[in-house]
Amino acid sequence: MKSKMLGVLVAAGTAVAFAATASAATLDDVKKKGHVQCGVNTGVPGFALPDSKNQWTGLDVDVCRAVAAAVLGDAGKVKYTPLTAKERFTALQSGEIDILSRNTTWTHTRDTSLGLNFAGVNYYDGQGFLVNKSLGVKSAKELDGASVCIQAGTTTELNLADYFKQNGMKYKAVVFDTSDQTRQGFEANRCDMLTSDASQLYALRTKMKNPNGAIVLPEIISKEPLGPVVRQGDDQWFNIVRWSMNAWINAEELGITSGNADKMKGSKNPNVKRLLGTSGDLGQKLGLDNAWAYRIVKQVGNYSESFERNVGMSSPLKIARGVNALWNKGGIMYAPPIR
Amino acid sequence: MSIINHSTSPDLPPPVTEVGVIGWMRHNLFSSPLNFALTLVGAYLIFTFFIPAFDWAIWSANFTGKDQSACTGGGACWVFIADRLNFFVYGFFPDAEYWRVNIVFILLAALLIPQFIEAFPYKMWLGWALLVGLPIVSYFLLIGGSFGIVHVETEKWGGIMLTLVLSFVGIVAALPIGIVLALGRRSNMPVIRGICIGFIELWRGVPLISVLFMASVMLPLFLPEGLNFNKLLRALIGIVMFQSAYMAEVIRGGLQAIPKGQYEAADALGLGYWKSMGLIILPQALKLVIPGIVNTFIALFKDTTLVLIIGLLDILASVQASIIDPAWSDVATEGYVFAAFVFWIFCFGMSRYSQALERKLHTGHKR
Repeated sequence: MKSKMLGVLVAAGTAVAFAATASAATLDDVKKKGHVQCGVNTGVPGFALPDSKNQWTGLDVDVCRAVAAAVLGDAGKVKYTPLTAKERFTALQSGEIDILSRNTTWTHTRDTSLGLNFAGVNYYDGQGFLVNKSLGVKSAKELDGASVCIQAGTTTELNLADYFKQNGMKYKAVVFDTSDQTRQGFEANRCDMLTSDASQLYALRTKMKNPNGAIVLPEIISKEPLGPVVRQGDDQWFNIVRWSMNAWINAEELGITSGNADKMKGSKNPNVKRLLGTSGDLGQKLGLDNAWAYRIVKQVGNYSESFERNVGMSSPLKIARGVNALWNKGGIMYAPPIR
Repeated sequence: MSIINHSTSPDLPPPVTEVGVIGWMRHNLFSSPLNFALTLVGAYLIFTFFIPAFDWAIWSANFTGKDQSACTGGGACWVFIADRLNFFVYGFFPDAEYWRVNIVFILLAALLIPQFIEAFPYKMWLGWALLVGLPIVSYFLLIGGSFGIVHVETEKWGGIMLTLVLSFVGIVAALPIGIVLALGRRSNMPVIRGICIGFIELWRGVPLISVLFMASVMLPLFLPEGLNFNKLLRALIGIVMFQSAYMAEVIRGGLQAIPKGQYEAADALGLGYWKSMGLIILPQALKLVIPGIVNTFIALFKDTTLVLIIGLLDILASVQASIIDPAWSDVATEGYVFAAFVFWIFCFGMSRYSQALERKLHTGHKR
């Protein structure tokens, strides 16, 4: 993802001391403040972007809204801190934010050495290629000797080098500073193809003068599981974020939507009853009340609703569910049961 | 019968090649081979660049509408700017509280404009209100939380408002600190001199981008967990420190340009250090370096855009965050043109003010 190596190194070097110190109870802190402080991207279409009413919207934003709905009873009680790639981990380590939900790739190094915990995955991304339809290319393997438009200073550059090396192919990198410039370079025929995270390829394609003239190739050359991050050492808060996401995803599986949540409260299905808090005391085990998951679904919607609204077919990005479909619908989105 | 005609014959009209449009062109556009060539180059540029640019920006542009579907002219889509204007001006400031920002804007304009008008009365008092009163009033108005108005966190500040806050605080704080540092660097007291030299060289020796980066990424790690300085405050302190070091050197240039006789004359009058500086040296020195000071101010104003690397959404960052919105087609050019225009307005204003100030204060230095 957009991991600037410097940021990781800086954070890694200084985080060691923080990894050891268990932080104070974030839940109490959040309840006292009356809002969840959420670190988001400074602007990525579909994940975190100010809309025309100057409100943050996106799939990453919805994670924070779900947590706020569960903890504080109101999805609107979130305050956003826009963060760049370099400062995101510091902001979390220093306690400036409660959740980092900033399309951050879950990797071994980040999980183990930064004093942080990844609470789950809200989007399975991966690096892909965008090519001109007129090239008639069906697979990235046919692209030996191609010139590639790429954004500087990202792991996509390294992934690209790895991929071409593995396949014994050559390429010429045409490097740009921002992803928007990369798109402009591609449109001006400065390169044969453009590489970036697949979710961003769709966003870039919508900006083109002729979006149908370019296609996204089927190859995905890296794994980029994106998810929210919390501080290590506060298990209660970690559980709340993790299970808020699980409730969000399970609600889709159980067919509970923001529209039918009230009706479903009368459901006989024990799974639905447990999720919506009409039976059992699962919310209390998290330190919340039993209607926590009901509020998430009612106020934010289930995962499918969030997905379609922000990145899916009812958004300009029109990304298909793909691997992000539920496990029983051909994808890998799988949440442990609420019981 | 006389063959002598006593009446003067009427003047012949001048040759067509000497007057009118053709004459003007011959004199001004085609008077020499070099001018001929330059005219052709100019005409070529007008036709290939300026006319298409005007066409894009005005004739084929769309100004009214609500969303992307209104942009059908093939030119600039100013609808986008109009739609996101609130975001570009106020950032995330709550709609219901826009009036607070507006009051600050109006106060700023009301106090600033008289400074351009020669004959305006009470200019000095207005100046003090601008430099001291306005920051205090703005602080309470923008932050809120007292006098019955709601608190607005600085995370919600953005756009032009944030740019103005950053640059205004930078300008108002950097000038006095810079003066003190410049005087300190020329002081005879070794400790004071050492501290000032150390401060100036330290801050001048690092790029602003790394100052901001340190303030936003490293500083929080050195503080105990839970103790957080406001991010905007950290950036502001960084900018003020950085700019006062530059300001100090500009003012030191002015101090060095004052002839030794002026210092001696001040001593001869029996003035102490502060009086001789305040009444004799500084008024002359500051007047000399007005272009340098304003230059630093303009640079500061434009440098504030660097805060986008620490996630503060100033005017440029808010434009960048908006142009990637997939609800709009490619509006990058419109966004950047708008941001550039905003910057140009403010920087040009500052430049004109400095020229007016120089004219007013010139007492024989001007050549």
